[in-house]
Amino acid sequence: MSFWRKIACGVLLLVVAVSLAANWLAPAGYAKQDREAVGEPPSHAHWLGTDEIGRDRFARVLYGTRISLFLAPAAALISTLLAALVGGLAGYLGGAWARAAMTVTDLFLSLPWLFLLITVRAILPLNVSPAFSVLVTFLILGLLGWTAAARVLCATGGSLRNSDFVRQARASGIRGTRLFWIHVLPNMKPVLYAQFWISIPAFILSEANLGILGLGVAEPLPSWGSLLKELEGLVSVGEEPWKFVPLVLLVVVVTSFQLVLSKQDEVAA
Amino acid sequence: MLRRKIARHGLILVATALLGGFLSAAMVRLAPGFDTDEAALDPHLNSQSIQALRQARTEQHNIFRFYLHSLRLALHGDLGTSISLKQPVGALFQDRFPLTLRLVSLGLLMGWAAVMALVFTTALLRVTAYDLFAIFLTGLLICVPAAVLALLSVLWNIPGALAIALIIFPRDYRYARNLVNKAYSLPHIVTARAKGLSELRILFWHVVPSTGPQLLALAGVSVSLAIGAAIPVEALCGLAGIGQLAWQAALARDLPLLMNITVLVTLVTLLANSSADVIGHVWRGQQA
Repeated sequence: MSFWRKIACGVLLLVVAVSLAANWLAPAGYAKQDREAVGEPPSHAHWLGTDEIGRDRFARVLYGTRISLFLAPAAALISTLLAALVGGLAGYLGGAWARAAMTVTDLFLSLPWLFLLITVRAILPLNVSPAFSVLVTFLILGLLGWTAAARVLCATGGSLRNSDFVRQARASGIRGTRLFWIHVLPNMKPVLYAQFWISIPAFILSEANLGILGLGVAEPLPSWGSLLKELEGLVSVGEEPWKFVPLVLLVVVVTSFQLVLSKQDEVAA
Repeated sequence: MLRRKIARHGLILVATALLGGFLSAAMVRLAPGFDTDEAALDPHLNSQSIQALRQARTEQHNIFRFYLHSLRLALHGDLGTSISLKQPVGALFQDRFPLTLRLVSLGLLMGWAAVMALVFTTALLRVTAYDLFAIFLTGLLICVPAAVLALLSVLWNIPGALAIALIIFPRDYRYARNLVNKAYSLPHIVTARAKGLSELRILFWHVVPSTGPQLLALAGVSVSLAIGAAIPVEALCGLAGIGQLAWQAALARDLPLLMNITVLVTLVTLLANSSADVIGHVWRGQQA
């Protein structure tokens, strides 16, 4: 493992540990309002100041990190499983199945990702409870983000279908789903792992985009997207630099993921 | 051969538009709240009027009938009326599409100019520090959400097209750099270098023609990326284009408008990809 990859792993572990300790580290709950300190700059009581309704920004960053950082892998898991099921199975079956699956995949891929996200998010009710909005946001990411991975897995499934060991297994009488589950799917593992890890930073960024556009996690629950929405009210970059802390954290985490995953990219390709 | 390719792309375009339209219509029809009509809550309406409104909704219950009805109207130029903006969708498209087209075209032009400049200078200079700088710059830009770049462009008074260029530049640079690097390991290029040809000649006489069709395909794909980037840029920079319209439609749950935008965006991206594919095909044919 290279020096930079070790550093990136350390940073990710630190961020995860700090977000897990949010209950102890945060001076107050993410929704607790301090009416005496509205829109305050950083102080001893509020390390990153307070927002326009008096909520401690440091506490919101900690809890927001927890939401963004833990639900993105959940969404990545859903998308990878779907990709394995659709792409892997289509590639393994080949012929008309593969063509049909890839036509649907191409249809999804022909739409810009962010556009697809906001369209599907809009179809679902917008005035839902905060907890449900978190679920909906990350479910949408998981259910729509499988297409690019499905293409790769379809190609992998296709090459496995014609491999010697699968032919041998078929010749010895193993057929259908048993052949797929026992011989084909386990051999897709390296690609599946790579797709899973690659999806995480992509979903973190997508959630941030949705949050800034007001279509992500609902208030008062914090997420990196909803925290970054605060930047909309700024007049100049140097005005309140502490409002950029969620952005810096997001960039550091996504960069760390990119560094850790630099080898996975090659597997996925 | 070329005619067949163009015909195939045309067929795919029509089929995708029809299928995309059907899927959009199905999503609109199945979306929660489709059956409710705000107009029915108007206390001034009598029971017969409310009954007539419900009857009109009932006729749209069947997804296929609803789709065919929408398709028939669309063929006659009637794309429906926006629920939130109370304007014909066709008129909204006419007003807003030119701005998005200009924004996306300029963004693509600037983004690709930056990609090509960086890729070619990296290939010509062959200085590790410069290559690392390019990787660092693009890596950093990739890690910033598109919406944040749009917000920063507002704060720094940067034109929207430049924000789009900044969004597409790092993504395209990585692919373009890999393609060019790969081309440098091709046998005929290794031979050219061994024979002492200048770097400039190798780049423009051998590398660019080898990677051209692939770079063109990448440019086609980046159209989709640029249209996606137009949503946060237009929404957050206050530019009245299709991206802002899509965002407003999403916030207002204006599903008929969203359905039409979906079909329009699908067609534009497919057209760009198909054009890139056909031009690449012609290019390869000329090389052969």
